[in-house]
Amino acid sequence: MRVSGVPVVKWDKPEFLPTHTVSSVLILPHHDNINCLLKKMEISVAEAEKRTGKNAVNMQETYTVYLIETRPVDAASEGTNPALDSLWRRYSEFELLRNYLLVTYPFAVVPPLPEKRAEFVWHKLSADNMDPDFVERRRVGLENFLLRVASHPVLSSDKIFYLFLTEENGWKETVFETGFQAKADSRLKALNATFRVKNPDKRFAEMKHYGDELQSVISQLLRVRARAADRLYGVYKVHGNYGRVFSEWSAIEKEMGDGLQSAGHHMDAYAASVDDILEEEEHYADQLKEYLFYADALRTVCRKHELTQYELEMAVQDLTSKKQQQEELATGTIRTFSLKGMTSKLFGQETPEQREAKLKMLETQIEEGEEQVKERNAECDEFVKSAWVDIERFKEQKDHDLRESLISYAIMQISMCKKGIQVWNNAKECFNKM
Amino acid sequence: MSAGTPRALASSGQKPIQDIRHPLSAEESALSRSPDVLHPGGAGERDLILPNGTPVDTSSPTSSSSLLNRLQLDDDLDGETRDLFVTVEDPKKHVSTMETYITYRVCTKTTRTEFDLPEYSLRRRYQDFDWLRNKLEESQPTHLIPPLPEKFVMKGVVDRFSEEFVETRRKALDKFLKRVADHPVLSFNEHFNAFLSAKDLNKRQGLALLTKMGESVKYVTGGYKVRARPVEFAAMGDYLDLFTQKLGTIDRIAQRIIKEQSEFLMELREYGPVYSSWSSFEEDLHDPLEGVSGCVSNCSSALEELTEDMSEDFLPVLREYVLYIESMKNVLKKRDQVQAEYETKLEAVVFREDKKTSVPADVEKCQDRVECFNADLKADWDRWENNKRQDFRQLLTGMSDKNIQYYEKCLAAWESLIPLLQDKQEAKGETN
Repeated sequence: MRVSGVPVVKWDKPEFLPTHTVSSVLILPHHDNINCLLKKMEISVAEAEKRTGKNAVNMQETYTVYLIETRPVDAASEGTNPALDSLWRRYSEFELLRNYLLVTYPFAVVPPLPEKRAEFVWHKLSADNMDPDFVERRRVGLENFLLRVASHPVLSSDKIFYLFLTEENGWKETVFETGFQAKADSRLKALNATFRVKNPDKRFAEMKHYGDELQSVISQLLRVRARAADRLYGVYKVHGNYGRVFSEWSAIEKEMGDGLQSAGHHMDAYAASVDDILEEEEHYADQLKEYLFYADALRTVCRKHELTQYELEMAVQDLTSKKQQQEELATGTIRTFSLKGMTSKLFGQETPEQREAKLKMLETQIEEGEEQVKERNAECDEFVKSAWVDIERFKEQKDHDLRESLISYAIMQISMCKKGIQVWNNAKECFNKM
Repeated sequence: MSAGTPRALASSGQKPIQDIRHPLSAEESALSRSPDVLHPGGAGERDLILPNGTPVDTSSPTSSSSLLNRLQLDDDLDGETRDLFVTVEDPKKHVSTMETYITYRVCTKTTRTEFDLPEYSLRRRYQDFDWLRNKLEESQPTHLIPPLPEKFVMKGVVDRFSEEFVETRRKALDKFLKRVADHPVLSFNEHFNAFLSAKDLNKRQGLALLTKMGESVKYVTGGYKVRARPVEFAAMGDYLDLFTQKLGTIDRIAQRIIKEQSEFLMELREYGPVYSSWSSFEEDLHDPLEGVSGCVSNCSSALEELTEDMSEDFLPVLREYVLYIESMKNVLKKRDQVQAEYETKLEAVVFREDKKTSVPADVEKCQDRVECFNADLKADWDRWENNKRQDFRQLLTGMSDKNIQYYEKCLAAWESLIPLLQDKQEAKGETN
């Protein structure tokens, strides 16, 4: 963050500071992820470049690639500066990585990617994906994403992630070889389906509700902020007109001329200052956006819990009904309404051989069913445990990060006020000389 | 201040300063017996007046020092000794069966012998000011008469009785009277005297006004074309044209800024509360978010004050000057007419070669008139330029001040928020 003169605490350990740019958005919490990748490796998204090539349907397309640079952090050789490894990746590959992580670690609140298309823009800002400002902010967001994954207690040790950072060629194939795609499709289907869970874990229900609220409030905040930015831009820019008219006016004055002319220059400076101000504010908006998307990741985890819970409940229900069927068949009483029951009533009972066969089948099914219930129960428990750990971690991270964001926002506002005071004091001095 | 004394007017002959009783030491008993027609007593707060005639802002923290100023001998402004002080204050609404209108208290303190009493206090309405200005224009056609605030306001668009409108008008009327009082010639005008001191203005002069107006109109549309306009007056005309343009542009810019600021304000008023509603479902972040909401709200109030101030203080002064310039251009036209008349008459005489008499009296009179007019105008012009410079310096530094104050208020709000935002962190840091 380009905040002049005020140190913004970004990391615990200074040697992790990215060396190439100051506009990194990430504020890492001081966590003791001793084994995370980030402690062993420096990662950054250093550059962005435009490429042209043929796409899947053999049409010419222009796209942007991003340079990922990595360097091992060797505690032993702190003096030396080992060479950087680097490779190029495009946005779609980041998306692929994230989808893989989502499927493979469903209990994790997976860090989000920067937005695909510019949203919540105020008019001056381009909504064009090729716009250099957008590309730059996206570069920062992608770096952010990698750093967050690399500092995650679980995600950071993923092999595919490591290869993403180190193996330029053949990475895509490796990902597909994991067969995650199949799981991805079914997962997507399941998550989008509507189902009712009888006994969801209360904490997850609350978290989901929190995720909804967070998403809603941040969206609103971003919308209003964008409108306000538009208006603020107008206020500052119109002052530039004073610059011009004071200049014209000074030409017809004798003694007043100098004062007016110089004051006019300050008005021009004032008008020009808004560009930097709003660019800085855009960083704040990006920080909010990250958590807007994080809210979605959170909701996804809660939804996944509902899914596992639902599947468990379905398995239990299935087992119960099978057991009931078994009982009825064994005792001859029909307690449950079933088509079998009806048909047997209408068309007469089955033969003892048929009954025997059926009982045998049911027994197997019940055995399988019990296995499945056991599995699903374990799955559910497992999921709840690991998911809740990550949700707690996320909560702490969120509180820390958003607090930091608010602080830097306040600092931004302070800087803007100080600039305003300075400009108007300068103008006043000039007016006094009139 | 070198004011060319016109030969026509009788001068009061100012007394040496030792003989003049200090205007602010006047006894209370000498207060005017002219009753406040509508509101006796007038218990309203009296504006304090600085020795040079400008009102003291009692709401400002420097008012105690201004109080000190009152006790000191008045400063010489431009070498003149002041012996006439006027203020316009205490606007009050008067409701009658026929109409509703505002009256203002006009207070005068003077040592001039033209006035019967050293102090006067009476109430006047806008109509009366308008009457005064018309009388001044017609009786002192060679001088620049200061402008009045706009006469007509569109009913339904502007609330004629709102506090802001009335206060803006009061300030403008006060300025008008002060400018007249400062003028070495206009301040001795009999109508001005009447305005300040007479219980009832003899408005029967309305009829006479019409005929007199007819004459002055004839002045302007006399149909004479001036041949050799002196360079300095041509320059004045050109300057006024350009200056009016610039003022118009500045007015438009100021209005646009106010509009943009108002719209920004609207967004801020929606923006702040969102933080509040966010805080309602956060624990750790509750206080920081509430703090931000409060901050934004403070900035909104500060912005509202800024836009109001600009509307009330900045724009009216600009508009006043535009009106001033209008009337000045008229005076320039009149001067042209007087000169044109002289030129025509002179030419007529010159061509009558055969008559060879001395220049006829009426041509001489014309020449006198031209020279008089030019002298008065020049003197007034210089005075006007000086005032203009001061006025605009004050106006623009005032605008700067208002903006500075706005930013200072916002700065204070955000700075006080920082420790609140950092608070928990330190506590957390300790427990880690």
